[in-house]
Amino acid sequence: MMTLFWLRVALVCYAVGLLYALVALTRASEILSKVALHASYLGMVFHLVSLTEAVVQTGQLASASVHNAESLLAFLIMVCFMIAYLVYKTTTPGIVIFPLVFLLTFVAASGQQPLVFSSVAAKHGWLAVHILMIFTGYAALFLSFGASILYLLQERALKSKSASGMFSRLPALQVIDDIGYKSLMLGFPFMTLGLIAGSVVAETTYGRIDYLDPKILLSVLMWAVYLLMVFTRLNAGWRGRRAALLASAAFATAIVAWIANYFSGMHRFIAS
Amino acid sequence: MRFQLLGVNHKTAPVEVRERLAIPESRLPEACKRLAEHPSVAEGMIVSTCNRVEFIANMRNGTGDLREFIREFFEVDLAQFESHLYEFREDEAIRHVFRVAASLDSMVVGEPQILGQVKEAYATARAVGAVRSQLDQLLTRAFAVAKRVRNETAVGSSSVSIASVAVELAEKIFGTLNGKSVYLVGAGKMCELAARHLLAHGAASLFVANRTYDRAIRLAQKFDGQAIEFSRLFDTCDRADIVITSTGSPHFIFKPEHGEKLMALRKNKPMFFIDIAVPRDVDPAMNKIDGLFVYDIDDLQQAVTSHVADRKKEADKAEAIVNGEVDKFHARLQTLDVVPTIVSLQEHLEIIRQAEIDRVRGRLGTMTTDQELAVEALTRGIVNKIMHTPISTLKTAARDPESTTVIDLVRRLFNLHREDEEKEIATLRSGRAPTPQASPQSSSPTISQKTSDEEGRN
Repeated sequence: MMTLFWLRVALVCYAVGLLYALVALTRASEILSKVALHASYLGMVFHLVSLTEAVVQTGQLASASVHNAESLLAFLIMVCFMIAYLVYKTTTPGIVIFPLVFLLTFVAASGQQPLVFSSVAAKHGWLAVHILMIFTGYAALFLSFGASILYLLQERALKSKSASGMFSRLPALQVIDDIGYKSLMLGFPFMTLGLIAGSVVAETTYGRIDYLDPKILLSVLMWAVYLLMVFTRLNAGWRGRRAALLASAAFATAIVAWIANYFSGMHRFIAS
Repeated sequence: MRFQLLGVNHKTAPVEVRERLAIPESRLPEACKRLAEHPSVAEGMIVSTCNRVEFIANMRNGTGDLREFIREFFEVDLAQFESHLYEFREDEAIRHVFRVAASLDSMVVGEPQILGQVKEAYATARAVGAVRSQLDQLLTRAFAVAKRVRNETAVGSSSVSIASVAVELAEKIFGTLNGKSVYLVGAGKMCELAARHLLAHGAASLFVANRTYDRAIRLAQKFDGQAIEFSRLFDTCDRADIVITSTGSPHFIFKPEHGEKLMALRKNKPMFFIDIAVPRDVDPAMNKIDGLFVYDIDDLQQAVTSHVADRKKEADKAEAIVNGEVDKFHARLQTLDVVPTIVSLQEHLEIIRQAEIDRVRGRLGTMTTDQELAVEALTRGIVNKIMHTPISTLKTAARDPESTTVIDLVRRLFNLHREDEEKEIATLRSGRAPTPQASPQSSSPTISQKTSDEEGRN
């Protein structure tokens, strides 16, 4: 399957990025940072090829995205990272982003069993919207989470007054804060619209929504945490430690919600 | 080349000594002029800054001493300064000038002001005609060396005074200082310096609060800022991103409870306190509050020191550059020395003479040994007669600072190439070359032969 092949090529490219992330923890290297960046560009191209091929193969955007959920998510995270790079000229969020992208791509590339889902749902345009929106929201959330980790590191370095080692190479505190804030704000509408689209899909597919379904519950919880983050940020200007805690909480619920895919009867789109 | 350098700097002399020898800007042209007019001095210039006073000269002969000039100019007994003076000659003087211009001899290594100061001193000396040829080349080269050091090493990539460390830290917090506001609490000199730096890096607005309101107004006016009465300090300072304190208060002015309030007012936007007062104005406990960063004078000093350590490595690199440049410059001056020019002039004419003899030999038919010798003597005689005046002129020129111009002219007139020069330096160094006193006849035939061979190939 060519889709999988291109994905694996992309995985190799991301591995270089991962190497950068690991090395950057101990010492900075201009060359490595450049190599990592170019490898990531290349990886994204192969990744896009892989995704496009998946769509062509199945002929449907929706089912392709369900099949390649992790792959799509990894790709979108990379897109967010690249946007942040183009705006702020810093690759340091990569320290957090690359391991995540690598992991997601790795899961996708190790070959997954295709989910069987009802043709009704698959044909539904709302499903594609749902998946794309939610994933963009996820990607932005991850970037925001990464930024708040970096913010914590930089804040600690500045407070301890020992600007040495890797901390001296982190971008300025305000720049990190800006990355976190913008990705948070950008991700929220996507997440919200994604959830709305999801509920439309569920209603039309099943005629009702099972609010006790773990997937639904966790998704709503995650959205609530996200909302709380946006709210505290706008009103109290929470950043640093408190923002990082909230972001971690949102991140954790996002992961749990993801895992819940496997326990949710509703979300598997199995024709009943 | 008879460079001599005499001076005092921040390392060798306390300020009481430096100020005795310092020459105010207004008197500098006159001083340079008098230095250059001194009988033992061919060219001279004076660098006088708050950290150093240096007299640099190209001497007329090896016996001259710059101390004579200093004694006459300042009308002082130099003996009392002797322990503070340093003296360099020839290559060591070249090296010192390079090091000073490259800011390797500065109190704060890498600080950029010194280069500008040396350039000004050079311009002043040049304007009064005190710097003309070799010293001119030395300084021109020194500026190039300084540029190389700046471009090829990280010395001076970020300067290390307290004020600039404060700017660097602020940039580490705020990214860019554009649009940030600075609040001065106290109107001290250090405060002013730090504010000047921050404003120069883009900070947009300035507030000044001082117990003596008049001084606040005066300082605020200087920077187009806003003076604030001290009693209103806590009502207003949430507007500031950067607060610099330097009051004489015996107690903390800013305490953690103020910090909490400020953060609430500022919606947790970060705030940077620079406390340069001793005793301190800002409670260090404030540093524990999220979003507040408090640096006192010791923290800043420590940041300066860690910079210095980083810079040691770069400074070593810079020293290597300087050493290489001293050798290069030395070699260059040698090529401009008169000896190689005389030698290549002789070789040049010898080649012509040989070529002419070879050309007419066929037409002269078979000659007896006597005839051969006669032709040889005739041609040689003509060449030597023609050469006599130019060579003595060149020898005289060697004692004159304008010599380079004359030498250049001769080289250009006879089209003597640099390749030859370089070969000659090599032979000169190996000690086989003729001395300036050498007569044309003594120029060794092997050298001319080699040269003509090479010419033939070209």
